[in-house]
Amino acid sequence: MKQIIRALPSGAVVVADHWHILRDGEGEPVLPAGSQVLLPLPLWRRLRQDGVALDASAVGVWIGCDDEYEGLAGELLALPLIAVDFPAFRDGRGYSVAYLLRSRFGYRGELRAIGDVLRDQLFYMQRCGFDSFDVRADKDIDDALRGLTAYTIRYQGAVDDPVPLFRKRAEAAPDTADDGWAL
Amino acid sequence: MYRYDQYDLTLLEQRTAQFRDQVVRRLSGALSEEEFLPLRLQNGLYHQRHAYMLRVAIPYGTLSSAQLRVLAEIADRWDRGYGHFTTRQNIQFNWIRLEDAPDIMDRLAEAEMHAIQTSGNVVRNITTEHFAGVAADEVLDPRPLAEILRQWSTMNPEFTFLPRKFKIAISASTTDRAAVKAHDVGLYLYRDERGEPMLRVLVGGGLGRTPMLGVVIREALPWRHLTTYVEAVLRVYNRHGRRDNKYKARIKILVQSLGAEPFAAEVEREWALIKDSPATITQAEYRRVAAFFALPPYADQAGPDAADVAARQAGNPEFARWCRRNVHPHKVAGYASVTLSTKPGMAAPPGDVSSAQMRAVADWADQYGFGEVRVSHEQNLILPDVRRQDLHALWQAAEAHALATANIGLLTDVIACPGGDYCSLANARSIPVAQAIQARFQDLDYLHDLGGLTLNISGCVNACGHHHLGNIGILGVDKNGEEWYQVTLGGRQGAAAAIGKVIGRAFRAEEMPEVIERIVATFVAHRHGDEPFSDTVQRIGLAPFKERVYALAGEQP
Ligand code: HEM
Ligand code: SF4
Repeated sequence: MKQIIRALPSGAVVVADHWHILRDGEGEPVLPAGSQVLLPLPLWRRLRQDGVALDASAVGVWIGCDDEYEGLAGELLALPLIAVDFPAFRDGRGYSVAYLLRSRFGYRGELRAIGDVLRDQLFYMQRCGFDSFDVRADKDIDDALRGLTAYTIRYQGAVDDPVPLFRKRAEAAPDTADDGWAL
Repeated sequence: MYRYDQYDLTLLEQRTAQFRDQVVRRLSGALSEEEFLPLRLQNGLYHQRHAYMLRVAIPYGTLSSAQLRVLAEIADRWDRGYGHFTTRQNIQFNWIRLEDAPDIMDRLAEAEMHAIQTSGNVVRNITTEHFAGVAADEVLDPRPLAEILRQWSTMNPEFTFLPRKFKIAISASTTDRAAVKAHDVGLYLYRDERGEPMLRVLVGGGLGRTPMLGVVIREALPWRHLTTYVEAVLRVYNRHGRRDNKYKARIKILVQSLGAEPFAAEVEREWALIKDSPATITQAEYRRVAAFFALPPYADQAGPDAADVAARQAGNPEFARWCRRNVHPHKVAGYASVTLSTKPGMAAPPGDVSSAQMRAVADWADQYGFGEVRVSHEQNLILPDVRRQDLHALWQAAEAHALATANIGLLTDVIACPGGDYCSLANARSIPVAQAIQARFQDLDYLHDLGGLTLNISGCVNACGHHHLGNIGILGVDKNGEEWYQVTLGGRQGAAAAIGKVIGRAFRAEEMPEVIERIVATFVAHRHGDEPFSDTVQRIGLAPFKERVYALAGEQP
């Protein structure tokens, strides 16, 4: 059984996972009953246009870097799982996609990084709103877990914590009022 | 100077621990070289022609004397006793062993230094001008905002795998000494008519194979919105910047293809949605950071020393010459900023400074100033606060350490990238050409008569030596495996920045000193009075230069 990393409020853990990712060019999904599938966004859109009834608990979507998803954002919000694909770990578009899904469109379901997902990127991914990580198959997933605990300090706000460090510093050491003073 | 608190220290400790582990994983094979590459670049570690090279960040070009001593120590312990100061206001060590890099990072961290994001497709070291905080013509001190931006950009999770490198510069004087227009984002800080600090935001500058100057996309941005606005720019770039072709991946290409106005509109749309987020800078935060850059305790001693300096100058033409070129007006009476030239000519390549010299500079910073040193993008070192009455003593000390060449802003103050002697991307060497030209123009009286004239050399189209912005630019090109040099004229840095134009066919290294001499002779022949070189070029155009340069060879340009 495939494993993924799931970031929970109590900490990140390695868990078994049942989702099948249907990659482009694999044709229409023919899946045994009870399995769950992540469809490429264009296919999901087409099936919906065609009026195909999709089981909300068993069908999710994965978004590719070039996919136009903003027009569909309202409908995506209902999905239990959205994945964002990293075609190469150096391609950073997925970070902004996650930021937008979480902060702009308010997606609350599970947000998963798939594709070229590696240990040293997990911390950044989590900060941008991902809460599950499909680590590249040839990597040791328990080792990858450590990528989430390397840091306790964050200078700037992000999805995980929008309040930048400077506001926390100010709370820790309250200064006089923030007024009547110019540069 | 900004001082780290427990948060900054902890972050650095965690960063160095992570890097140490990454090196271990690389050496054990758990990380492939391809996977390790962006990680090491984000920690300033390049693989160069001969060895690893470590690029250490010098945020906005500011160092303490203690930090400079640590850099000297690193040069001695882990390198070959010198470092190279760069046009990015960083320092590079050229002979590093991968195995030693984590120890070096630890040593840096102890001194509140790091190499984070000095390379890679990330927001790089934020730069500003080398006289920040002390220049007589400064409107505001840009360093607090540069530091706020440094913190905002450090390990910013959304922007750590950008399409390409990303460089930001900020200037707050009437003279732009930070090459603002050659940056992906350039910022001019000024006061509006009510005295409120405002930012003029430029986007899309950059050199390399497609040199472009930034265009203004926003006027009068209130300073509190600096980070959210930059965030909007980066989000647009991260989402829409090209990733299919690394030569077209810089933001300048995106701005060009969308058009500046549509690009600006896109940024404004994005910004409108985040402009009042918690990232908006508070006055309390500004005040906290600005306190680190408060003016040092200057002595009140304007007056008699001015006469003293004048008297010494009168009796000593060499000192007088040095005062003219290397001493810069200070905002506090009785003080000056001094530029220590790293361009002695044959004795050292531009920007190279030995550990002994670093220690000497650190000592002078303590003795004659307030323990602070700056790095200029012209690759020189600056002592920002020197009592005018100490200028003569400092000059003598600097002479003894070969750091007093009186050539700042003159032809021999050459900016040069490391070129083929170190760089694996080079088409040609830079250092020997720079030195041959410096050797040809040794007569300081003549140089001073020529006045301000910048000469920049890059060993390839990447333009690390900013050759496009040099009044005279030299670019190393490869022709059938041989080193050739192409010349551009008319480049300028500053608020009136311009990109130089190629004058014609390229030259061999041996021809270069003669070519430069002919260019200079043409200038002298056409110059009106004390006109600076760049004005003459602008007035008469390239033709007279081409004619003279190519005449000898009897060739058509
Ligand atoms: C390890 C040696 C170096 C390598 C491999 C290197 C690589 C590069 C590359 C590939 C570019 C082109 C970027 C682009 O157009 O997208 C570039 C640009 C640049 N580099 Fe370097 N560089 C090196 C050393 C330096 C040094 C020593 C300096 C300073 C003296 C420097 C400063 C710059 C500057 C100012 C630019 C132009 C910036 C721009 O296009 O906006 N680099 N470098
Ligand atoms: S300009 Fe070219 S040769 Fe010079 S340092 Fe940059 S990449 Fe190397």
